Amino acid sequence: MTETMTSTGTDQVVEVAGVQVHLARGGSGDPLLVLHHDIGHPGWLPFYQQLAERFEVIAPSHPGYDRSSRPGWMRSVRDVAVAYQWLLADLELEGVSVVGLGFGGWIAAEMATMAPRSFKRLVLVGAMGIQPDDGEILDQSLVNYIEYARAGFHDQRAFDQVYGSEPSTDQLETWDRNREMSFRIAWKPYMYSQTLPHLLGGVTTPTLVVWGAEDRIVPQSCGERYARSLPQARLEILEGAGHCVEMERPAELVQLITA
Amino acid sequence: MHLMYFTEQPMSAYPAAEGRAFGNTALLFSNKHFDPVEGSRLYGERLDEYLYAEEVGIDGIMLNEHHNAPFCMQAKANIFAAILAGMTKQVKIVLLGNPLPLAENPIRLAEELAMIDMVSKGRLVSGFVRGGGQEQLATGVNPAYNRERFEEAHDLIVKAWTQPGPFRWEGTHYQHRVVNPWALPLQQPHPRIWVPGVLSRETIIWAAEHRYPYIALNTSIEATKRIWATYDQAASGVGYTPGPENRGYLQRVHVAETEERALENAREFMWMQGEFTGLAHPVWSSPSGYFSPEHRRGFVEFAAGRATSPRGRPSFEQQIDEMQIIAGTPKTVIPKLRRILEETRPGIMALWGSDGNVSHADTKTCIRLLGQEVLPAMREISTELGLDSPFEANAPVSLAYSAGTERVAATG
Repeated sequence: MTETMTSTGTDQVVEVAGVQVHLARGGSGDPLLVLHHDIGHPGWLPFYQQLAERFEVIAPSHPGYDRSSRPGWMRSVRDVAVAYQWLLADLELEGVSVVGLGFGGWIAAEMATMAPRSFKRLVLVGAMGIQPDDGEILDQSLVNYIEYARAGFHDQRAFDQVYGSEPSTDQLETWDRNREMSFRIAWKPYMYSQTLPHLLGGVTTPTLVVWGAEDRIVPQSCGERYARSLPQARLEILEGAGHCVEMERPAELVQLITA
Repeated sequence: MHLMYFTEQPMSAYPAAEGRAFGNTALLFSNKHFDPVEGSRLYGERLDEYLYAEEVGIDGIMLNEHHNAPFCMQAKANIFAAILAGMTKQVKIVLLGNPLPLAENPIRLAEELAMIDMVSKGRLVSGFVRGGGQEQLATGVNPAYNRERFEEAHDLIVKAWTQPGPFRWEGTHYQHRVVNPWALPLQQPHPRIWVPGVLSRETIIWAAEHRYPYIALNTSIEATKRIWATYDQAASGVGYTPGPENRGYLQRVHVAETEERALENAREFMWMQGEFTGLAHPVWSSPSGYFSPEHRRGFVEFAAGRATSPRGRPSFEQQIDEMQIIAGTPKTVIPKLRRILEETRPGIMALWGSDGNVSHADTKTCIRLLGQEVLPAMREISTELGLDSPFEANAPVSLAYSAGTERVAATG
């Protein structure tokens, strides 16, 4: 394990399932695993800083995303979920809560179904992973990197703040690499599992499902379905927010998580 | 020299203004604009042209396939190959080729190709391609595994053709517990495999390492020379020296009775603004994982609208100047073709006669003039330059079936 102090908290590299996983860590308190979107981990933004005031935040870059190495063998989001269960065991963390953002919400839901009583709390924000009853999950293969990332924002000023109005070519390359990994593990069916909804009923973890009312990536019907399928779930709709709630409305989301 | 006739089979009878307004005609341009009555007419004309090309003495008919786009009406190369297998007598049927990664079941391809080879009495050349980026999206196939699927499907098909079944295939992308097709190719050990391409260095090296001829698709003379340098280096790495029999070249060449008419018709090569594969959307034509990581930076800048296509997009005038398009009467065309042959030294040459809205009558005139004047001249030049085709050179079909390694391949 290597460890360096950066302005984004502590950056660690740990090996799990043969993958070099980059972890951003910061804060103290109960452990909180934060799982990022399919566009990658954007750095230690206000959302993470504010969570770190209450929790020990662990934010890995998924296998094959950002700087984490790509496991050529990985074929499904469930593989990622298993790798993260392995990671939590290696880190010897107890009483972990999980926040899953978009694509990361799908990973979190898969993790919860594997060990229905292992998490203290589960928060799914605009989570992918189940087929919408109404609408479709936006197909990123048909739009460019910037268009897709922007579609995650209702407030484009929030996008500009995080990525700049003209994201760098390095950022585009990262998005392309992340997109390639999403294709490798979630191509068909695209961004959902046909079996996950049937397995959510066993999850007794108290769950908060949060949805931006203006989410253009994952339809709100998915949030409603998550809330119906998870026995201990409550759905919160944030008016005027898009898919990337944590970047558009960090304080409100942190408040919901810590309430 | 093996001389082939080629056309993309353009679906020219579509509302072009609608296509331009939509912007990108490959993939999402609605098929509500597809008129099957016109489609039926155009298929008939193409078939008539292929038969005429055989009549005037062409050596081969080159076929390909594409999906969801007006620039090419062939959704399945094997369909036209099967039709030509029954209707022609002499020509080689050259598929360049079947897009292997799109196949969910490569054994089905092995069967179809074996049937075409038997029906045609051994006239099949079975080229394989990765398929364009948008083809992956049109067929729902994962672009991130494109190259892996290409290589594995190839290995499976060649094994199905050459090793007695039943056998079991437990691969990464394909698993078949029983492989035992009751359709095998007439040609032994198997039909020739040629590999066409434009850009991808990995494909050139892969072809060279298998000793499969590589067909450069209308690349500039300089780019073609770089392709051969890459090919030659890979070939020497596996122990052979390539010659013209390993090299193919696709040339856009329109011949007419007058220079003016030829030039006018040649402009139709630009009907998709000169784009080979329809008016491509930079994201649809290059899905993540499809292209080589060494091109990642160029493609992401292109996709974001910050750079021009890494594939290039030269103007008509530039393509005429650089002879990527040749147009004229036989008298003016032949010296240009001589220059192409001298510079690129292929043993296989595909002549792409017309595109877009060139009429059936003008296309047949082009084919007639090719047959009467251009083909005989090209044969003479090829003899003078020593440009033997794989058939004339009696080249091995692959490295595995090259002299000295045959026994290993047969028992391995």
